[in-house]
Amino acid sequence: MLRLVVRRLLQLIPTLLGLSVLLFLWLNRLPGGPASAILGERATPTEVARINRALGLDQPVWVQYGRFLKRIFQLDLGTSTKTGQPVWDEFALRFPATVELSVLAMLIAVVVGIPLGYLAAKRRGGWLDVASVSGSLVGICVPVFFLALILKGVFAVNLGLFPSYGRLTTGLNATDVTGFAVLDGILTGEFDATLDALHHLALPAITLASIPLAVIVRMTRASVLEVLGEDYVRTAESKGLEKNTVRVRHVLRNALLPVVTAIGLLTGSLLSGAVLTESVFAFGGIGSFIKDAIDARDYPVLVGFIMFIAMVYVVINLLVDLAYSLIDPRVRVN
Amino acid sequence: MRIFKSRAVRAVTAALAVGMIATGCASERGKDDAKGGDKDTFVFAGAGDPGSLDPALASDGETFRVTRQAFEALLEHEAGGSKLVGGLAESWTGNPAGTVWTFNLRKGVKFHDGEAFNAAAVCANYDHWFNWKGTYQSSAVSYYWQKIMGGFAKNEDKEAPKANYKSCTAKDENTAVIEVHEPSANLPGGFSLQALAIHSPKAIKEYAKQAASGKGEAITYPKYSQEAGTVAGTGPYKIVKWNKGNKEITLERFDDYWGDKAKVKNLVFRTIATEEGRRQALQAGDIDGYDLVSPADVKTLEQAGFNVPTRDVFNLFYVGMTQEKNPALKKPEVRQAIAHAIDRENIVKTQLPEGGKVATQFMPDTVAGWSDKVKTYPHDTNKAKQLLAAAGEPKLKVEFCYPTEVTRPYMPAPQDMFELMKSDLEKAGITVTPKPMKWAPDYLDATEAGACALHMLGWTGDFNDGYNFIGTWFAKYDKQWGFKEQKVFDAVNAGSKIGDPAQRVDAYKKANEAIMEYLPGLPISSSPPAIAFGKNVNPPKVSPLTQENFAEVSFK
Repeated sequence: MLRLVVRRLLQLIPTLLGLSVLLFLWLNRLPGGPASAILGERATPTEVARINRALGLDQPVWVQYGRFLKRIFQLDLGTSTKTGQPVWDEFALRFPATVELSVLAMLIAVVVGIPLGYLAAKRRGGWLDVASVSGSLVGICVPVFFLALILKGVFAVNLGLFPSYGRLTTGLNATDVTGFAVLDGILTGEFDATLDALHHLALPAITLASIPLAVIVRMTRASVLEVLGEDYVRTAESKGLEKNTVRVRHVLRNALLPVVTAIGLLTGSLLSGAVLTESVFAFGGIGSFIKDAIDARDYPVLVGFIMFIAMVYVVINLLVDLAYSLIDPRVRVN
Repeated sequence: MRIFKSRAVRAVTAALAVGMIATGCASERGKDDAKGGDKDTFVFAGAGDPGSLDPALASDGETFRVTRQAFEALLEHEAGGSKLVGGLAESWTGNPAGTVWTFNLRKGVKFHDGEAFNAAAVCANYDHWFNWKGTYQSSAVSYYWQKIMGGFAKNEDKEAPKANYKSCTAKDENTAVIEVHEPSANLPGGFSLQALAIHSPKAIKEYAKQAASGKGEAITYPKYSQEAGTVAGTGPYKIVKWNKGNKEITLERFDDYWGDKAKVKNLVFRTIATEEGRRQALQAGDIDGYDLVSPADVKTLEQAGFNVPTRDVFNLFYVGMTQEKNPALKKPEVRQAIAHAIDRENIVKTQLPEGGKVATQFMPDTVAGWSDKVKTYPHDTNKAKQLLAAAGEPKLKVEFCYPTEVTRPYMPAPQDMFELMKSDLEKAGITVTPKPMKWAPDYLDATEAGACALHMLGWTGDFNDGYNFIGTWFAKYDKQWGFKEQKVFDAVNAGSKIGDPAQRVDAYKKANEAIMEYLPGLPISSSPPAIAFGKNVNPPKVSPLTQENFAEVSFK
């Protein structure tokens, strides 16, 4: 187990190096830099040149890359050109919001998706099956930002059931301990703040859950259907085992293997959905920060973020493998 | 591993459902509180995050909107207008040469940190800026200081402008004298800028301890400008908290304020990037006001009972023509033909909010120096055709660049405005090749480099001086316009060297007449940027320079 973890972490190094080279080549191809984003219509060629010089953007690309690598080895992602603060600080500040949003979205997707997929498979052809299959098709096809706008328009603006933007109600003055608004409320006993944070999270989380939910429903359904036809399930049933035992120990445990893999990969892809969702709900997480960074040509933030995503993917893959070995003993033996 | 027990699933589902209902109830309760009669928090949404709590390090409106509530400059503009009046200085005089400015300061003014305001405090500020080093000298940080006062005590960059600031002297407790080397069109207007607002000398000492960026390759704003606690001004509100994660800055009434105290105790600025997001938040009752209202939403909001007061115009939208590399545009008849072809009335009527105006010259009529004697170019397609024929360009082809996904106060809907102009030009027989580009940096870089034959841009004034508009474009050769007409340059620069305000205004009028005679581009319109407030809000006086004072806001 330990060897697996260490090997995976070592694999990170060449992956990130290769990625950083590609990133630098790509950013170097883009026209313009942050200077005109900073100055807007007030930018003059002289000013732009001065700022680029101050930011070291007039240096050849390999010099910039060398500097970047040197910083990476010092675990320094540099400074955001837009906000003028260290990229790590900016991420640390906004990361909790995105984690809360992603965890809640994934929770919704798993808790709703797996039982729904299982039931759809068990009652194949029934109304629930038809509804969940066609519903999941809609979930996959409707663009995230469109769903976000619809949910916001209906439930926040017209019905007023949910807040239309932000993480917490203004003037709530919740104490900030960890940066995780939901958790902070529990830790400090300010349950109002926790409820308020959840209330703000509801619509964006449902939006973000739509795609993983659809995928999980379809995969669980297909996988359960396959397992139900297996001999060992029939054997277990004919042995007169309890229905629940058969469902959980034989059917679900085997059917969930591919679903667990999918959940891992979907978690990684949540970040791209978060960019759109957070922008629509003005939710101060990493997603809306990245959108601002793209608009402002904030290179250090973009490079740092993509490197970070790569790390997240590797770690998630590792967790998926570990989860596999818990569910499927054969993996452990190998 | 019995994690998939259906009982567990049921329990979690139930918990989620209860949670949803509970949060629903909780927030309904919260909303009731917010809508109560004695509301003590006013929430206003801007379009972007401020960059710094120290206005001296900023050059953007989102930052100034926030800092203006906490910091005051020596001069300011009258509420709701563009006339210069006393701010922290009750009165001021300039010598005839325009190089010595004497300020009689207001008495009994206190800073948020308890320090007293006096002439020494004024000089501490000006000397602090003048002695900036390192990254502070980058125009990304000290844009306005450099624009108004030139460079620094020791310029570290060869390209930096020469220092025009000479000295600041505290003649006595309540008299400060600021001297410059040369007369400047930017004075006294510049003394009203937020970027030159006065901070507590105690705070300035703290600022000076914190250098911006030690790394030299990125601009790292100093810590004091990124969290509340150090910065201290004299304004009606003091900044108490900046929660970046939640994109909100909280200000609190300053009880020792020298003037009319703020009517609402707490003032919160939040960031909602999209126009539609801000509008929906106002409609949903989540905020009490927002800026940069889309002209298309003004009527809808008014009909629904929201307050959408109209600001007076203080900006200019124009079509630029780049003569270099475009021989046809070098011919005056062709430029005149383009001017006659475009139906500016129609653009104002269909694209701008109520109060938009057709522009006859390169400044709005609210700016001192606007002339009623300029040559005009009324919409006339036939005349345009005749002029093109006379110039030997009956089948003129031009590239026309325009920006996408951006709104500016002078240009609410660039794409729609472009489409209208394109069809006008085609009616006159001109073939237009559209070149849409992303605003920053692509479009801005292209227009700067003179890479577009026709393009559209604009400007919002910093203060009421004609040079702030025409000096920006026509003081010297500029690739964006690509012409070298010394007559125009001289006319524009004539006013900037005159100390006497009345004579200066006359010189600007002549400059406007010279520019419109030569016609380097076509001024299109001036637009009143709309601002919206909730139904239960008594709005502040709105300002053409978007310098609203939120201390005037109250709830009905």
